[in-house]
Amino acid sequence: MKKNKKKEVSNHKKFNRRDLIIGASSIGAISMAPKNLLSEETNPENLPPNLPEWTQYLGDGVDVNPYGMPSEYEGHVIRRNVEWLTASAESSVNFTPLQDLEGIVTPNGLCFERHHGGVSVINPQDFRLMINGLVDREMIFTLDDLKRFPQTNKFYFLECAANGGMEWRGSQLNGCQYTFGMVHNVQYTGVKLSDLLLETGLKEKAKWVLAEGSDSSGMTRSIPIEKILDDCIIAWAMNGEALRPEQGYPARLVVPGWEGNMWVKWIRRLEFGDKPYMTREETSKYTDLLTSGKARMFTWVMDAKSVITNPSPEKPILSKGLHQLRGLAWSGRGKIKRVDVSIDGGKNWKTAQLHSPVLSKSLTRFTLPFEWNGEELLLQSRAIDETNYVQPTIGELQKIRGVNSIYHNNSIATWLVSKNGKVDNVRLG
Amino acid sequence: MSGLVRLLSFFLIIFLANTTTASDRKFNLGQIATLEEVAGWDIDVRPDGLGAPIGSGTAFSGEEIYAEVCAACHGDFGEGADRWPPLVGGEGSLASHDPEKTSTSYWPYASTIFDYIYRAMPYGEAQSLSHDETYEIVAYILYMGDIIEEDFVLSDKNIGEIEMPNRDGFLLPDPRPDIMNTHGDPCMSNCQVSTTIIGKARDIDVTPEDE
Repeated sequence: MKKNKKKEVSNHKKFNRRDLIIGASSIGAISMAPKNLLSEETNPENLPPNLPEWTQYLGDGVDVNPYGMPSEYEGHVIRRNVEWLTASAESSVNFTPLQDLEGIVTPNGLCFERHHGGVSVINPQDFRLMINGLVDREMIFTLDDLKRFPQTNKFYFLECAANGGMEWRGSQLNGCQYTFGMVHNVQYTGVKLSDLLLETGLKEKAKWVLAEGSDSSGMTRSIPIEKILDDCIIAWAMNGEALRPEQGYPARLVVPGWEGNMWVKWIRRLEFGDKPYMTREETSKYTDLLTSGKARMFTWVMDAKSVITNPSPEKPILSKGLHQLRGLAWSGRGKIKRVDVSIDGGKNWKTAQLHSPVLSKSLTRFTLPFEWNGEELLLQSRAIDETNYVQPTIGELQKIRGVNSIYHNNSIATWLVSKNGKVDNVRLG
Repeated sequence: MSGLVRLLSFFLIIFLANTTTASDRKFNLGQIATLEEVAGWDIDVRPDGLGAPIGSGTAFSGEEIYAEVCAACHGDFGEGADRWPPLVGGEGSLASHDPEKTSTSYWPYASTIFDYIYRAMPYGEAQSLSHDETYEIVAYILYMGDIIEEDFVLSDKNIGEIEMPNRDGFLLPDPRPDIMNTHGDPCMSNCQVSTTIIGKARDIDVTPEDE
């Protein structure tokens, strides 16, 4: 009896407080950094020597949340989109909140989305993968068929080739999420195409694969057969559970280390041929225009890149003293070998600590402790991969590619930490 | 009882016999696709015209269907509407500061226009156009881009022969890594770099704000 009454009161209290805060923020100026509206205030009644209510009363039972969700206090950790970027939300992109994540695994519900015709909803019973063209046997596989093949489980990052594409000419978007968030990293479960193709056989002339999605954009990309046989996967699970609808449920193509557009979601067909197909996505899009007016084509590999996720524009420094700078690095050419961090805009560098596991073509976590005493900082991180490729500055890229490439901007970003602890995305020159 | 065992053994032998006939298949999973199944899904068209479905159309006949299903987003003359992309124009702009990449200024192959429209357009009503309607629309776009005449009959026979203005505008293979330092030993201290702030995203003020 007492318990119920208390619960009612506390819910009522919480509701009012939330309302007040939202009300206040809609009147006043809204800060650049996404906020956790619920956790802004500390309630002294919950602090020692007092007893918080969660210590005294029962919480929810096991029958309340059959599929668990993050704490309500983590409501700010969400994918965000930039509305003005595209004409329609069905052919658009949102961004992973890298600044709020730890380790190297991206939670499934936070993996950025990029669709060209919205999210297809597919009953797995109606899923079919067709393999046709220059194969010995043109075949069709059900999802159950695919799951009976030998299985592979691998962590891979997936990065959109246009990640950072808004930053070619200067610093435009003031956030770690908006400038680096078109990347995610999950463990895929699936069948290696080299195994699947043992079933269809391959004709000698087969040099290219057209991967085709069953969504309303009929997404198609040409992939050379060497890559397909090297490490490509048809995946049906991510991070231990079925693919999310927005990530291609019930099955997608995984093309490790190569641009995300090639990882065709809702896959329905692989056609083998002797030449590339020159689809819209590899001619009009995903080609890199140079200052000469000529464009690079078939730029598949995602070069080494890194980002400081904290501090970042969304994660200002709130107090003086010790802090743990943290970030992520990745390379489409293999493992990350080293990450250096600069606090003075690239004049002096310190090598950060890499955290295991350090996997090939996977996000790698780095950290570096630092003391902050209220001085201005220019934070940068620089990744070096196992091929000894060094992440370039934007100047180095611009010198070779100009500013109209859109794709493959893997340059070093600069975060300015001001004396008040605020962090800004800035361009040095 | 023994009869049942004999019956099961019989089926087992039949089963094994069946799997042996497919011995070149390693796992014996999946089904052979029928020609009809493949024909329904194999809709792609390659630059050389391979895969182009039988059909034809002219720009003259395409004006009506273009106005009906394309113009709302792409404009009456392919100039684009709101944030939807223009289809033509931009010739000579690719090397400029503001390049305009349209299907006639940038796309290297006419086959791609057919392939894309047939598989994905009109937006939200994919694969609703007939083959002839698609040839008509492609012809109309190529006509607006001054690539063919109004009465040119575009078809499966000649779509692989249309010469697009930017056919030679693409560079292969990928030259990356294309930066100078690729030997893993960048400068670590007293590096000669400029640390002057020349731009701030905050000043551009286009970052979405949380509500």
